[in-house]
Amino acid sequence: MQNAKKWGSDVDQPVKQPNLAIELKGLTKTFGEVIANKDIDLTLKHGEILALLGENGSGKTTLMNMLSGLYRPDSGEIYVGGRLVDIRSPHDAIALGIGMIHQHFKLVDVLSVRDNIVLGTKSGGKSRAQLTAEIVEISERFGLSVEPDRKIYSLSVGEKQTVEILKVLYRGARILILDEPTAVLTPQETERLFEILRKMKQQGCAVIIITHKLNEVLSISDRVTILRKGHTIETVQTAQATMRSLTEAMVGQSVDLSIHRPEIEDAGRILDVHHLTVLNEENVKALNDVSFELHGGEILGVAGVAGSGQKELCEAIAGLQTVAGGAILHNDINLVGLTPRQIIKRGISMSFIPEDRLGMGLVGSMGMVDNLLLKEYQNQPGIFVDRKPPRKLAKELIERLSIVTPDVMTPVKQLSGGNVQKVLLGREIASNPRILITAYPVRGLDINSSMTIYRLINEQKAKGVGVLFIGEDLDVLIELCDRIMVLCGGKVTGIVNAKEATKEMLGLMMTGSSREEALSHAR
Amino acid sequence: MNEALSYVSSFIYAAVLAGTPLLFGTLGEIITEKAGNLNLGVEGMMYMGAIMGFYAGYVTGSVALSLIAALAAGALGALIYAFLTVTLKANQNVTGLTLTIFGGGFANFIGENLILNSPTKSAVLSDAMKANLKSINIPLLSDIPYIGRMFFQHNIFVYLGIVLAIAAGWYLHHTRKGLNLRAVGENPGAADAAGINVTLYKYVHILAGGGLCGLGGAYIALITCAGTWTYNCVNGQGWIAVALVIFASWSPYKAILGSLVFGALSILRLYIPLNIPTALFSMLPFLVTAVVLVVSSVRMSKEKAQPKGCGVNYFREER
Repeated sequence: MQNAKKWGSDVDQPVKQPNLAIELKGLTKTFGEVIANKDIDLTLKHGEILALLGENGSGKTTLMNMLSGLYRPDSGEIYVGGRLVDIRSPHDAIALGIGMIHQHFKLVDVLSVRDNIVLGTKSGGKSRAQLTAEIVEISERFGLSVEPDRKIYSLSVGEKQTVEILKVLYRGARILILDEPTAVLTPQETERLFEILRKMKQQGCAVIIITHKLNEVLSISDRVTILRKGHTIETVQTAQATMRSLTEAMVGQSVDLSIHRPEIEDAGRILDVHHLTVLNEENVKALNDVSFELHGGEILGVAGVAGSGQKELCEAIAGLQTVAGGAILHNDINLVGLTPRQIIKRGISMSFIPEDRLGMGLVGSMGMVDNLLLKEYQNQPGIFVDRKPPRKLAKELIERLSIVTPDVMTPVKQLSGGNVQKVLLGREIASNPRILITAYPVRGLDINSSMTIYRLINEQKAKGVGVLFIGEDLDVLIELCDRIMVLCGGKVTGIVNAKEATKEMLGLMMTGSSREEALSHAR
Repeated sequence: MNEALSYVSSFIYAAVLAGTPLLFGTLGEIITEKAGNLNLGVEGMMYMGAIMGFYAGYVTGSVALSLIAALAAGALGALIYAFLTVTLKANQNVTGLTLTIFGGGFANFIGENLILNSPTKSAVLSDAMKANLKSINIPLLSDIPYIGRMFFQHNIFVYLGIVLAIAAGWYLHHTRKGLNLRAVGENPGAADAAGINVTLYKYVHILAGGGLCGLGGAYIALITCAGTWTYNCVNGQGWIAVALVIFASWSPYKAILGSLVFGALSILRLYIPLNIPTALFSMLPFLVTAVVLVVSSVRMSKEKAQPKGCGVNYFREER
C-alpha cells in the first residue's frame, strides 16, 4: 500500500523501471475486422492490486489473454520486470511468473485437485505424498484450504477457484491475473478471496483483477485502469475515485446509477403458489413447502445464497421441473404437471429467462432471427417457416435496446454477454407475457447494460406484468423490487416489503432467521 | 474330462490368437482418444500396416523389418489424419472415415499387384520367415498342463501386445507425461493454460496410436492369413477395435481382457457344434458392445467415460 502510493505519481511517465512488474506499450490486437485492443498502455507494480475496468467487450479479457500467452499481440511491446519479452504460449507466461485465473476455470474435471495443480510442471520424480505436502505447504502459507485427493467435479465453484489460485501459486507466479473472479462467488467466498489477494500483495505479488462490480474495485484495488472500446482511457488512484467517476470514465458519459421503483397500481393476483415441494436428483427437498403470491404490476425479488432452491423454483413455474407436491395456480388453472407447450396452449403467457443464457435461453450458433423464430414458428401456418416477421422484430429490438451486433444473422454466441441478455429479454417481452421470470438477469453484465435491463423490467411492471426477479446483489433487490422473498435451504424464511428491508436483515434471513428475528436483530 | 479340458484349452488358445490384432487396434485407438482425437481410421491404418508389413517381409524376409514397416505405415496413416485434424482442424469423423476407405484401397491395390506380378499368381512369404513367426514356448510356464498351451505357447506378437498394453496403462496412470496426455484429451484449454504443448502431445500420441494399429494389421497379414496376402484381409476388425475401446472403458488393462473376449466371440462358431447361422455369430461382438454401452451409460461414471475433448478440435484463439 505504502509502495503503491509512493509510485502513484509516476503513472504517466513511460520510463522503464525495473521495479515495475509489467509494462505494456502500444499493445494492439484485432480479430478479423474487429479491433479488440488498440494502443494499450498499462503499468503494474510489485505489491499492488490493479483493477481493470471496462464495459463488456471493451477488451479487458483479450488484453489479459495476451499477457497469459493465449493470444499473441499484432503489435506493441510487453515488458516484464523491465525486460522486453515475447510471450508465445502459456508456457512462456508461466516461465515469466505470470499466472492467470480465467473466468471459465481451466480445470480437468476427472482429475484430482493435486493432479490439476501439478499439471504440466516437471516433477523430478516426486511421489504423490511429496506433491501433496508441497501443495499443503503453499495453501497454508496463503491461508487456503483444499483436499488434494478430491476430484474437481465434486467441488463447489468457490473450491474450484481455490484450486485455480493454488495452481498459479504452485508454479511460483509473482504476477497474478484474475478475470472476473467474483462473478459466481457468494459474498462470503468473495471476502475470503479478497483476504487471499491482500495476503499476496503483502508478500510482494502484483495482482490484476478484472471485475464489473464497482464496490469491489473500490474495496480491493490500489489503482484502476479503465478501458473503453479497446482503448486505455485513464489510470486513477482508487483512493481518489468514486463509483460515479469510475462509471463515467468507463461509459464515456454520465450515467444515472439510481434504480427506480415506479408505483404501479396492483393488477391483482396472477400467480398463486401453494405448498410447493420439489425434490432434486438426490431426492433431497430442493424446495420445501414454498407458498407465495405474485401480483400483476409488481416485482417480487427472490434473495438467497446460491443453491437455496432458486433454480428449482423458476423451473417448476416454467413447467421444466417435476413437482413432488403443492400447486401453482394461475387464474385457477393448476400449472403443475403441464409442459411449457401445454402452458402456452392454455393461453397463459409466461416468459422464463434462465440464468444459463446460451445453454437454456438461446441457441448460440444461430443468429438473432432464428432465435426469435424459435419462439414463433409454432404459430406459423404450413410446413415452411417465414423469416420475415422475426427479421423485422430483430431489427426493432436492435434499434430499441441498442443491441450491438454486426448483423441479424450473426451467431449470438459471438455477441458480448450484455447483448446476449438483451436479445433474450427482448424476445421474451416481445411475446407480451403476463408473468416474467428472470434468474440473475445482470450476472456478468457491466453497469450500463445492467441499467438497461432494470429499465426494461420496470417497463414490464408498468404494463401490469408480474415479475419474479431472482437476484444476488442485495442492494439492487432492495432498490428495484416491491417485495422480497428470502429463501434458505429451499424454505421461505420470510417475505418482506422492500421499503422496510435492510441488507443486514436480508442477510440474516438468508442464513435461516425468521423475519421477526431478523427485524429485532436489525433494530 | 481330459478331452473337455483340452477342448477348452484349444478354444482359449485360438481366442488369444484371434484377439491379438484387436488388442493392437484397441490400444492404438485408446492412446489416440486419450489425446482427444477420435480416429475412425483404425481399419484403414490396419490395412496400411498389413500391406507394408507384408511387403517388407515379402521382399526382405526379415520379421524385424516387416514389423518396422508396419509400424511406420500405420503411423503414416495417422500422420495424414493428425495433419488434417490437428493442424488444419478438419472434422475428425469425416477424416477418420476417409482414412479407412483410403487404407483399404491402398492395401488391396498393392496386394493385387504383388499377386499379378508373381509367377505363381499368389503372394506368399518365404518359408524361412514363416518359421521365424512360429510360436515361442516360454520355458517352464509352457509346460504347465492346459494353461501352458493357452497362454505360453504363442508367437512374438502376442507377448508384445500384452507388454505394450501394460506399458500403456502404466504410462497413462503413473507418469507425468501420461497425466499431461489425459489433461489434453479431457480439456485441451486447461492443458494449454497449464503450459502443456497440446499440438505436440496430440501429434505424438496419434502417431503412436497409428503405429500400434499398423502392427495389428501386420499380425493379420503374417499370422492370421498365414503369410499369404489375402484380399480384404482386415475385414472389419478395425471397427471391432473401435467398439472394444468402449468395452474396455478406455483402459489398456481392460483392453487385454476385452480383446480376449472378442477374439473368443469371433471364433465361437468353430467351437459350438450347433447349426446356428454364421451371421448371428458375426453379430455377437457388436451385440456385446451395445450391452456394454447400455450398462456403462446407466452407471454414468465420469472417470470411465470417453475423454471429454474427444471429437472436438482445439483452437486456442477461438472466441
